[in-house]
Parts: sequence; structure tokens; C-alpha cells
Amino acid sequence: MVTQPPTRQANNGSHEPVVRLVNLHKRFGDLVVLNGVDLELLQGRTTVIIGESGSGKSVLLNHIVRLLKPDKGEVYFHDQRIDNLSERELTEIRPRFGFLFQLSALFDSLTVRQNVGFPIAEHTKKKRKEVDEIVRSKLSMVGLNGIEGKYPAQLSGGQKKRVALARAIALDPEVVLYDEPTTGLDPPRADEINELILKLEHELGVTSVVVTHDMASAKKIADRIVMLYQGDFIFDGTPESIAQCADPRVHCFVEGKCHADVLQSLQKKGSS
Amino acid sequence: MLTTIGASTIGTFTAFGQFGVFTWHMIRWLVPGLLNPRTWRRAMPLFYEVGNRTLPVIMVTGTFVGLVLAVQSYDQLKAAGFKERMGVLVSLTLVQELGPVLAGVMVAGRVGGALTAELGTMRVSDQISALTVMGADPIRQLVVPRFLACILLTPLLTFFCDLCGSVAGWAVAVLAKDIPSEPYWYYINYAIAKWDVMVGFIKSIIFGGMIGLIASYKGFFCRTGAAGVGQACTESFVTSFVSILVADFFIGYFMSGLYRGIYGFKSLV
Repeated sequence: MVTQPPTRQANNGSHEPVVRLVNLHKRFGDLVVLNGVDLELLQGRTTVIIGESGSGKSVLLNHIVRLLKPDKGEVYFHDQRIDNLSERELTEIRPRFGFLFQLSALFDSLTVRQNVGFPIAEHTKKKRKEVDEIVRSKLSMVGLNGIEGKYPAQLSGGQKKRVALARAIALDPEVVLYDEPTTGLDPPRADEINELILKLEHELGVTSVVVTHDMASAKKIADRIVMLYQGDFIFDGTPESIAQCADPRVHCFVEGKCHADVLQSLQKKGSS
Repeated sequence: MLTTIGASTIGTFTAFGQFGVFTWHMIRWLVPGLLNPRTWRRAMPLFYEVGNRTLPVIMVTGTFVGLVLAVQSYDQLKAAGFKERMGVLVSLTLVQELGPVLAGVMVAGRVGGALTAELGTMRVSDQISALTVMGADPIRQLVVPRFLACILLTPLLTFFCDLCGSVAGWAVAVLAKDIPSEPYWYYINYAIAKWDVMVGFIKSIIFGGMIGLIASYKGFFCRTGAAGVGQACTESFVTSFVSILVADFFIGYFMSGLYRGIYGFKSLV
């Protein structure tokens, strides 16, 4: 359990853009998911992307590490354009990113030690003892000790997320991407993940991008919140300013209320 | 109607193109992978999976096919006065045709489906994406070892299938019918040339490689959800099975033509 949560103000990053998305377009068949999106992710800051299910948040996240290629538009990492690189060229870039998947995506056939040590063994020539040392240190950073020999199937949901986070930061990445990090966890476990995200920002100075539905989490960890709606950003501001946003689409999402037209149609169906 | 046909045609060509790119990507990683000890370390558990777990079912299949061939052919061979040559019929059928095909089908069913399910589950649970994000090419990590396991072990399994079938044929000939042991093996030795063994060997290598590629491809690009994985497993087996039969015909046609071109016609009687 992480105690004494670090505050957002503790980080003094230079706030230069680390990742830039320029006029990003993506469609799947007839469905337009991203419609000319622009976004700059600043160094050492936590940007939270919120939006309804199916609004394209995860698609946006996948473009940052080129798991998806944009139909149109550009993706920059520092000053290097990465959306047009070959898979081999991307192998050099990707270890500078960490990615926490919604389902943790731990390798079932490997132990916790092998999972966390995987990227280290893949990209460095460190000996096994050194790898084990780093694995222990990363696991300790996420509050886990003595589980190196366990398999993912033997872990709880919260432990899986933390092991996956330890794996994501194994190579000390500059940017960590979180895809719905608190989904499926009970409130105390979800809050542990929030604290860990803050801790990593504070201690490692990483740039974080978090996709979430969880407004409590977003308000706690975000330096900046952006809201994606039908392929465009409709809000970009601080956690404090989102509560004052007059846009009903943002307001409904933040307050967890369904849209007035949906409510009306449900009431009509109920009365007939 | 035209739209449906057009969409279906485009879909088929797209799938072939995707499979071609997938195969090319695998070959590019295979060559350096052969010299990398990590590739072989990753492949070792798969050798166990493909070899050890498939061997019993292959041996049972080979044995019963040998028994059936011997029982079915005995009366006709006896009537024609060739009953001593029963071993030739049983063994040649197994070595050139049934051995590679049966081993291939068994590997496709027993292992291909499991490989597809494993990779499909990895796909839907983002494990393949996790590999990509960590800068570890998933084709190098996952497909190359599976391809090696299938292509190297299918010929070995074919050998056991042939052996069991021939011994089972001998058991019928000697124990149940009135054929002495010595001519059974003598005629096998006389009729089955290195060429026949080579044809079976080449077929089994090609079938093994096809199973490894098809099973991996179907798992790699399976649709999301449990239904997607299930469908991918079925498609993997059906595609492998049909591909084995089609390839068997073309390899057989090509090799027999090649044999005639080099050695001329060879009579077994």
C-alpha cells in the first residue's frame, strides 16, 4: 500500500511537448473515430483522456505507440515523426514508452519475474542477476514483494495491474500510457493505482497519458483533462475547470448523467 | 448480388495478401532466428507440445490404418497371386501418401487448433500488442518457434506413423493370414526405394510448415471475444486439412512426373 501520496505540484518538469498528434484521422469502415485531432503531451505532466465508450480514446492511445497507423495526420515523438516509421525502426522508439493495458496483458506462460524482466532481457545485455535486481526494485516500487515466482493466474486483479505497471516501467520509459487503469477494480484497489500513477510522475518524472471513464480517478491524477466526443476534442482544461464547463455533453459525462434526449426516449417507451 | 460477390472477392484477395505478408515477415525472422539460441529455447516447450503429445494418437492412427489396409487388400492380392507382396502395398501407401497426410491431419487437429487458440487468446487479451509495444516483434517471438516445431516434428511423427502401420500390416499378414514373415519384409525392401521415402519426407515437411503458418496466422488475426477464438480454431483446422489434401495432390503429381523423367516407369510386380 502506498502511503503519503505525492501531490501534483511536486513535479517540476520542463513541460516541453514529448508527443504531438497533428490532424489525426482514423476511420474503421464507415465509422469515423478520429476526425482531425490535435494534441500535445507535455513532459512530466499527466494528461487524462475521457469520453464515452466507443469515442476513440483507446484508438488515440494506440496511435501514440503506432499500434495503429493513422489514415491521415502525423505523430511526433520529440521532434521525430514516428507514424511513418517501419516496424524495425519503431523497435528503437517503443522501449521509451510504457503501456499499461486494460486487461493487464501479462504473459500467461511466464512468471511475474519473467514478465517484468522481459523488456529488460529483450533490450539490454544485462546478466540474469542484474535483471532480477531491477525486477525486485520495480516490483517494490509498485508495492509488491515476494511474488516473483507466481504466475499471472495466481494474482488478483489489482496485483495484475501493478505487475503490469512494473513491467511498463521496467526500462524507465519517458512516457507511460494507461488504458483504463482502474476499470474492474474495487474503489480501494483503484485508488492504489491512482496513487501509483502520481508516485511515478513524482519520482520518475514520467509523462503520463491516462484513458479512463473514472471521473474520481481523472480528477485525482490529472494535470490536464481532455474529452473526446465523436472524433473531436470538446473539452481541454484542468480538473478544476471541467466542473464549470457549460457544454451539456461534458456536464453529463462528468456528473454521470445520461443525455436528456436519451432520458426522454426512455421515459416515452416506459409510459407507452 | 454484384456487391456481395465483389466484397467477397476483395475479402479473399485481401486475406491472401495478408497471409503472404505474414509469411514473408516470418521468413525474414526465421533465417537469423535459426542461429539465435533464444529461438531454440522458446521452441523447446513447443517441441514437447507438438511431438510428445501428438505421438500416441499418431501411433494409434498409423496402426489401425495399417491393419485396415492389410485386411482389405489380402483377398484381392491372394486372388491375383501376389499375397506375399502385401507389405509393399501397405508400406508404400503409408510412406508416400497416408503417412504424411495422416500425420499432417493429426498435427493440424491436435496441435494446430491449440496453437490457434493460444495465439488467439493472446490477441484478444492484448498480449500480442504488449509484445509489440515492448519493441519485441511478435512474429519473431511467437510464430517462428511454432513454425519450427511443426516443420521439424511432423516428419518425425510421419516416420512413426509409417512404422506402426507397416508393423500392423505385418501382424495381420503373419498372425491372421497365411503370409510368412520373410517375404513380407523382403518385398518391402525390394519395392520401396529412397525416392519413395524422400517423397513422403518432403510432403511431411511441407505439411508441417503449412500447419505452423496457418495455425499461427489464424490465431494472430482472430476476431475479438470467445466466439472469435473458437471460430479461428475451426478455420485453422479446416484450412489446414484442405490445404494438406490440395498440396498432397500437387506434390504427388509433380514428384511422379519428376521420377518418370529421371528413372522412367518402375513396376512393382
